[in-house]
Amino acid sequence: MKSKLYDKIATIYFYAVAVFLILFLVSLISYILYQGRTKLNIDFLTSPPKFMEAGGGIGPQLFNSLELLIITLIISVPIGLGAGIYMAEYAKPGLLTELIRLSVETLSSMPSIVVGLFGLLVFVTMTGWGYSLIAGALALTVLNLPVMTRVSEDSIRSVPNSLREASYALGSTKWQTIVKVVVPAAMPGIITGIILTAGRIFGEAAALLYTAGMSSPALNFSNLNPSSPTSPLNIFRPAETLAVYIWKVNSEGLAPDARQIADGAAAVLLLMVLIFNILARWLGSTLYKRMTGEK
Amino acid sequence: MKKIEVRELDLFYGEVQALKKINLDVEANSVLALIGPSGCGKSTFIRTLNRMNDLIEGVKINGTVLLDGQDLYKEVDVIELRKKVGMVFQKPNPFPMTVYDNVAYGPRIHGIKDKKKLNEIVEKSLKAAALWDEVKDRLHKSALSLSGGQQQRLCIARTLAVEPEVILMDEPTSALDPISTMKIEELIEELKNKYTIIIVTHNMQQAGRVSDYTAFFLNGELIESGPTDQVFYNPKDKRTEDYITGRFG
Repeated sequence: MKSKLYDKIATIYFYAVAVFLILFLVSLISYILYQGRTKLNIDFLTSPPKFMEAGGGIGPQLFNSLELLIITLIISVPIGLGAGIYMAEYAKPGLLTELIRLSVETLSSMPSIVVGLFGLLVFVTMTGWGYSLIAGALALTVLNLPVMTRVSEDSIRSVPNSLREASYALGSTKWQTIVKVVVPAAMPGIITGIILTAGRIFGEAAALLYTAGMSSPALNFSNLNPSSPTSPLNIFRPAETLAVYIWKVNSEGLAPDARQIADGAAAVLLLMVLIFNILARWLGSTLYKRMTGEK
Repeated sequence: MKKIEVRELDLFYGEVQALKKINLDVEANSVLALIGPSGCGKSTFIRTLNRMNDLIEGVKINGTVLLDGQDLYKEVDVIELRKKVGMVFQKPNPFPMTVYDNVAYGPRIHGIKDKKKLNEIVEKSLKAAALWDEVKDRLHKSALSLSGGQQQRLCIARTLAVEPEVILMDEPTSALDPISTMKIEELIEELKNKYTIIIVTHNMQQAGRVSDYTAFFLNGELIESGPTDQVFYNPKDKRTEDYITGRFG
C-alpha cells in the first residue's frame, strides 16, 4: 500500500511544480508586457532615441540586435557545429579530448563581463576596430561557443550508431556519412542549440558594453556603402543593442520617460526572443520534415 | 566458382581473440548460413568480409580474405569493397528519410545524379526486394512509417541499389514477426540467382530452409562446414551434432 501512496505523492508533487512554473512564467511575461504596453507602437520601434526629452524610440537598437544576431550566428554556428562534430565523431578518448572538454566547460562558466573585458582588449583594442558590431559578435561567439559545441556534440552523439553503420556499409566515406546522415538526424538538437545561443545574443548586455559599445550612430537605411559610419551594412560601426540600451536607460537615462522606455524596450526584447524561437522551431521542423518525409 | 576464400584468419579485440584460424570458401551464387551459439564469432566473421570491423577501435586481423582472388585487406579499396559487398543488419536501420531517398542514398553517394536513372534504380531495387507494390504510392513518405518487416526489406532494397555482388545478412529476421520472416526467406531464395549471400542466423530451421551451405562456429573456431544437408543430417563433428540436435546453444 505504501508504494501506492508514494506514487500519489510524487504525482502531486510533479504536477504542483509544473503548475507553479507555468504560473510564474506567465505572470512574469504578462507583467513585462503590461508594463511596456504604452510603448508597443510602430513609432517607438522605428524612431531613434532622444537623450533629454521624452518620446524617443529604439529603432537603431532594435535593428542592431537583429544584425548582431545574424552576424554572431554566421560566425558561431559553423565553429560550434564543427567543434561538436569533431568531439563526437573524430576525437579519440585521451588527454587532448579531455583537455578540450575541460576548456569548453570552463569557458561556459566564465562571467560574461570577463568575456566583455577580454573582447575590449582583443577585439576592440588590439585589432584597432574600436567599439564595433564585429567586436561584439566575436565576444558573443566566445560566450556562446561552449553551449553550441556541447549541444551539437550531444545531439550528434545521440544519433544511433546503426545509421552510421548502414551508411558505411553502402560505401560512404566518413564525410558523406556525417553530412548526409548524422547531421540531418541530429538537426532537431542542433536547432535547439541555435535557439539557446540566439536567446543569449538578444539578452546579453555585459559582454557587449565594452565591445559593441554603448552608442549607435543614427542609421540611414538608404546608405548601402559598407564603409560609411551611418550605413547599416557597416560592421565596424558601434552598435548598441536593445539589452545594452535597457541597462543604460535604466541606470543613467536622462529622458523624463526613461522608465517607460526601459519597460517598452524590455517588452519588445521579450517579444523578439519569442518570435525568433517560434520561427526557428518552425523552420527547423519544416526542414526536418522535408528531409525525413514525415508529414 | 569460389567468390570468397578465407585463409588462416585470426581476429583480436585488443587482447581477446575472437576468431581463430578460420579457413572457409564461399561459392558464388549460393547461400551460406553461419550458425552457432551467441558470442561464437559468427557476426564478427561476417563483418570481416566488408571490413566493418575497421570501425572498431583496437581490432587486429591476421590472415587473408580473398574476394575474386584479391586480398581485401591489401589490394582492395574499402569503399569499392563495400560497394561490392553489401550488408543487411540485425535490426532494420532505415535512414530517417523518405523511402525513395533511402534507396537512392547509395547510388547518390557514388555519383549518380540523373533523376531518370535514380528513379529506375529505386523502382528496380524495390521490386527486387519485393516491396514495390506496398510502397509505390508512398515513396516520398518517411521510411520510419513502414512496418518492421517492410523496413528490413527496404534495407535490402537499399543494399541492392548499389549493385553488390555479395550480400551479408546479420540475423536479418531476428527482430521480425513470422510472416515478415517468411517474406524475407522467400526473397533470399530469389536473390541467390544473382548474388552470393552469407547469412548469420540463430534459427536452425531458417538455416535449413534457405541455405545451400552451412558453417558451424563455436568459441571463435570454425568447427565444420559443408553442404547444408550434410552438416545437418550427417555431421562429422560431435559438437556440430550436439548443437544441431539442440543439446546446447
